[in-house]
Amino acid sequence: MLKIENLHVKLEEEDKQILKGLSLEVPAGEVHAIMGPNGSGKSTLSYVLSGKDGYEVTDGTATLEGNDLLDLEAEERAAAGLFLAFQYPVEIPGVGNMTFLRTAVNAQRKARGEEEMSAAEFLKVIRAKAKDLKIDADMLKRPVNVGFSGGEKKRNEILQMAMLEPKMCILDETDSGLDVDAMKLVSDGVNALRDPNRAFLVITHYQRLLDHIVPDVVHIMAGGKIVKSGGPELALEVEKNGYADLMESA
Amino acid sequence: MAVAKEKLLARKRDALAERLGALTLPEGGAWITEARKSALGRLEAMGLPAPRDEYWRFTKPDLLNAPKPAPAAVFDHGDEMPVFGEVDRIKIVFVDGVFDAAQSDDLTLAGVEIDRLAEAAKADIHWAKGVFGTVELASQTPVERPLAALNTAFATDGVLIRVTGKAAKPISLIYKHEDDCSDAILHNVVKLEPGAELTLLENGPAAARFNKCLEVDIADGARFHHIRAQGRDHERQAVTGMFVRQGAESLFKSFTLTANGRLTRNESFIEMKGANASAHIAGAALGHGDFHHDDTVFITHDAENCESRQVFKKVLQKGAVGAFQGKILVKRGAQKTDGYQKSQSLLLDDEAQFLAKPELEIYADDVACSHGSTSGAIDEDMLFYLRARGVDKGTAMDLLVIAFVAEAIEEIEDESFREEITERLESWLLRRRG
Repeated sequence: MLKIENLHVKLEEEDKQILKGLSLEVPAGEVHAIMGPNGSGKSTLSYVLSGKDGYEVTDGTATLEGNDLLDLEAEERAAAGLFLAFQYPVEIPGVGNMTFLRTAVNAQRKARGEEEMSAAEFLKVIRAKAKDLKIDADMLKRPVNVGFSGGEKKRNEILQMAMLEPKMCILDETDSGLDVDAMKLVSDGVNALRDPNRAFLVITHYQRLLDHIVPDVVHIMAGGKIVKSGGPELALEVEKNGYADLMESA
Repeated sequence: MAVAKEKLLARKRDALAERLGALTLPEGGAWITEARKSALGRLEAMGLPAPRDEYWRFTKPDLLNAPKPAPAAVFDHGDEMPVFGEVDRIKIVFVDGVFDAAQSDDLTLAGVEIDRLAEAAKADIHWAKGVFGTVELASQTPVERPLAALNTAFATDGVLIRVTGKAAKPISLIYKHEDDCSDAILHNVVKLEPGAELTLLENGPAAARFNKCLEVDIADGARFHHIRAQGRDHERQAVTGMFVRQGAESLFKSFTLTANGRLTRNESFIEMKGANASAHIAGAALGHGDFHHDDTVFITHDAENCESRQVFKKVLQKGAVGAFQGKILVKRGAQKTDGYQKSQSLLLDDEAQFLAKPELEIYADDVACSHGSTSGAIDEDMLFYLRARGVDKGTAMDLLVIAFVAEAIEEIEDESFREEITERLESWLLRRRG
C-alpha cells in the first residue's frame, strides 16, 4: 500500500535535515506503528506524506499503491486515499463541521470521478457514524473543532476518517491528550475501520495506545530513519527500557 | 493657521461652485422646498469634501465631487438570478436613478404608506416633513457630510415609506444600471410608528455614480431590518448615507454586502434617543484590483441602557483598499451603555491595504464599550487542514473567506436572508475563480 524508500527531507526555511534515509513499507490490511523519541522526525514524516508546505524532499520516494505521492498536491493525495489524523486538529471558526465534512467527501468523490453524495444520504451516513463515536448533533453543527475538548477533537478526526474511507490512514499521536475512556472510544473507532484493503500507520510515543490498536509491525524511529523493526513485543521493550538501549543496539 | 484654514475652505467652496453649475434645485411644494433650501444653505457653508478633512483622509472624494461621473461599464450578470429574486416582496425599481413603473409593483401594502418622492414633493404638506432632511441635518454634527446635504437639496426622486403596523412583506428597492455615464441621486425616507416593523431590501448599483440617502426614524418599540447588496459593476462609484434616529426599545439592524466597485463610501449615523434601544450595523465587503471601500460609522448613545454593535469585515486582494472609521459616542447620562465595534480585514496578498480608525468617546461612567480591529492573511494551518481532507485549494480559500465574513452575515436576523446572502457569496466567489 504505502512504500517509502530512502526518504530524505529537510526544512525549506532552514538548512536542517530531518529525515535521513527513511525506508518503510506498509502492506494493505496491516497496522504498523512508529515509535520514537521526541525530535526523531515522526510528525515530519506524517506532514511530508500528506503534502504540507515547508518541507523539501532532497532524496528518496514515497508511493501509494505505486503512485508517486510526492508529486501530488495535498488534496490529490487525499483523493488518492491518504488520510492524516492530526496530532493537533485545527479549529476553523465560521465553517460548520457538517458543511466541512460534506464538502470534503464530495470533493474527493468528484476528484475520483464518482457521483457526489446527496444531502439526505450524507446526513443518514454521518448520523450513524457519529453515534458510534458518541458525537452528538450539536458537535456536528458547531464550527470545525471550535470549543471541542481534546477528546472531542480526536473523535472528530476519527469521524472524518470513517466518512472519507481512506485506503491509507496515518494517525499522528492520536492518543495525546486523551484519557483512558476517550482512548478506548477512539481505538474502537479505528479498529472498526480495520480492513484487508486498508492500511494504518500509527505514530505514537507510548505503548498504551498499542494495547488497544494492536499493530502487526512496530518500527522504532530515531535520527530521521527507522532503526529497528519487530512485532508488538518491540513496543513493550520500549516501554520497559526506554529508547536509549534500542538506539545503542541499532 | 487661520489663513490656511480659510484657503482650504475657499477651495472646498470652489469645488462646490463647479459642481452646482451642473445641478438645478428641483421645484416642489412648500414643505420640500423649505427642506431643500435649508440643505443647500448648509452645503454652501461647508463646501465639498477635501482630502485634508479628518474623515476623508482614507478616501479621495474627487470622483464623488466631480461635476460629471466617470463612466462605468454595466456588469454582465449572465443568467444569474437577481439578489432577493425569490423573495415575496414589493418591488420598486429605479433605472439609472429614474423610477420605472413598468418594472415596479403596485405600491400598496397593508400597514404601510408608500409614496414616491417625486409625487409627494408636489404637495404643499406631507407626513415626511418632520423627517426629510431633518435626520440628515442631525447627522451633520459633529462631522460634516456635504454629500448628504447635496443629496437632500437635489434629489428629485426616492421613496417615502411610513409604517404603522407590521409590514406583511419586505419592501425591495432595486437600483438598475443601464447607462455607462449615468449619475443618480435618490433620497429615501422610512418612518416607523410606535411598534411598527419593516424589512427594507436594497440592491443594485443604480448608476455609474450613485449618491443615495436613507433617513430612518424609528419610534418607540418599532423594529427596522435593512439588508443591502450593492452592485457588482467594477467601475461604479457610490456614496451612501444612512441616517437613523431611534426611540426607546426600538431595534435597528442593517447589513450590507459589497462586492466590486471602484469607489464605495458608506456612511452611517445612528442616534439612540430612547432607553433600551438596540442598533446593529454590519457589512461584508470583497474586492480585488481597483476597489476602494470605506465604511464610516458614527453611533451616538444618548439614552440609558442601549446596546450597539458594529461588525465590519473586508476581504481584499490585488491592490484593493478597505477603510473603516467607526465611532461610538456615549453622551453624558447614557449609563449602562453596551457598545462594541469590530473591524477586520483579510488580506489575500501583499498588495491589499486596510486602513482603520476606531474611536470611542465616552462621557458616562457606567458603560461597557470596546473595539477590535485586525488585519490578517489566510491561516495556512486551516488551509492545509482543509486540503488534507481533499478540498481543493480554491474551494478551501472560498470556505475560509466565507467563514471570515460569516460573523457579519450572522447579524441578519432572518435565517432565510442569511442563507441567501451566504449562497450568493459562494456563487460569486466561484464565478471569480472561473
